[in-house]
Amino acid sequence: MRRAVISGWGRCVPPTVLSNADLEGMMDTSDEWITVRSGIKERRISHVEPSEMAAVAGSHALAAAGLGIEDIDLIILASCTSDSVVPATAAHVHRLLEAPVATAAFDLNANCSGFVYSLITASKMIESGMYSRVLVVAAERLSALIDFTDRSTAVLFGDAAGAVVLEPTEEEYGLLSGCMQMDSSALTYLEVTEDGLHRMPERHMEDAYGGIAMNGREVFRRAVVAMGDLSVRAVTAAGLDLDDVDLLIPHQANIRIIDATARRLKLPAHKVYTNIHAYGNTSAATIPVALTEALEQGYISPGSHVVFAAFGGGLTAAAAMMRWGERTEPLERSDAVLAPTERSLMELLDANFQVYGFPEKLK
Amino acid sequence: MSNDIDSRLIRVLVEELDLEEEKLVPDANFEEDLDVDSLGVVELLMALEDEFGVEIPDEEAEQITTVGEAAALIHQKLS
Repeated sequence: MRRAVISGWGRCVPPTVLSNADLEGMMDTSDEWITVRSGIKERRISHVEPSEMAAVAGSHALAAAGLGIEDIDLIILASCTSDSVVPATAAHVHRLLEAPVATAAFDLNANCSGFVYSLITASKMIESGMYSRVLVVAAERLSALIDFTDRSTAVLFGDAAGAVVLEPTEEEYGLLSGCMQMDSSALTYLEVTEDGLHRMPERHMEDAYGGIAMNGREVFRRAVVAMGDLSVRAVTAAGLDLDDVDLLIPHQANIRIIDATARRLKLPAHKVYTNIHAYGNTSAATIPVALTEALEQGYISPGSHVVFAAFGGGLTAAAAMMRWGERTEPLERSDAVLAPTERSLMELLDANFQVYGFPEKLK
Repeated sequence: MSNDIDSRLIRVLVEELDLEEEKLVPDANFEEDLDVDSLGVVELLMALEDEFGVEIPDEEAEQITTVGEAAALIHQKLS
């Protein structure tokens, strides 16, 4: 049977760090308060558009697969923080990677579930025979949507990009199963009501900008149930059971959501990959970034059963079960990096302060 | 039977939330007396759903602020 296997992987994390100590200087919070409630110590703040992070992550993934952009049939760009609405961010990524006209490209917005949605979509297009090689990139600049006057959400989000290359195989590797869902009864629990980019003329109101707003309690419970249930469904659909899972790579939104999901699945801590302390919630990018680090740190071996599980605004949720291929080392390496920035952290955040308001200690 | 339910409830509170058993009096308020934050209350309710095989909808979950209220809800669900 023709399946899709991950043959390349890469990430791009911008260099500027926003630490808990930085946040303590901006608002009434503490390292302990943030750590206990979220598990987050640091996040990255991008000085470039999502497409530029996507192109760097994509270049690393292509090199790891030993491919050039001309080998790629399709680019799927998972993001909810687009460079522009028209053209889609995928067009910017396509251009930065110098992809040929024959390479198709589109955006897929399933919020924080975007990478898993895209992974499943790409795999099914490969299984069908329509395409052979697909580059899936998740790139998010959530920092642009952070309202630093809301200390409950301001501490949670960051910027990053991660990418994988998918190729066909006839071996017993690759994506074994995937499931996706949308619980729109909860759509108001996680939203950006007016972000300026997407507003229509009839909705135009002065001072109506709002950052990410979330009902953490409502999202928490639904996230744990959805990631747990979909993981079980994906494992079962693959003809396996939870004991066969070697590694769960969950969406990194909150360490307590991850821990509660792991408890629900009765997975021991060493089978659950977390790196939320370093990057916070980077929406669709969390899973591919975590995947690259899990590979580098030896968490994945040839034939490992890896489950990806995510949830996000909508509320979307998705899970996919992957049997890893024969290779856990990149074939080649790319030297792609972001252009450096001279701007300080506070200079990068100034636009947030201007749009959403200054945090209490900086007024 | 009710003693059995109460002792299971106490065990979940001690094991899942790392609470001290002697503090778990009926009037103890989760957030104010036991230092359980709002996510902790959600974690607790989910643990109780698993332990007792009941469903606690959001509207009911929002009403639970004390150990006694949690116990009463479980008794009501199982009666």
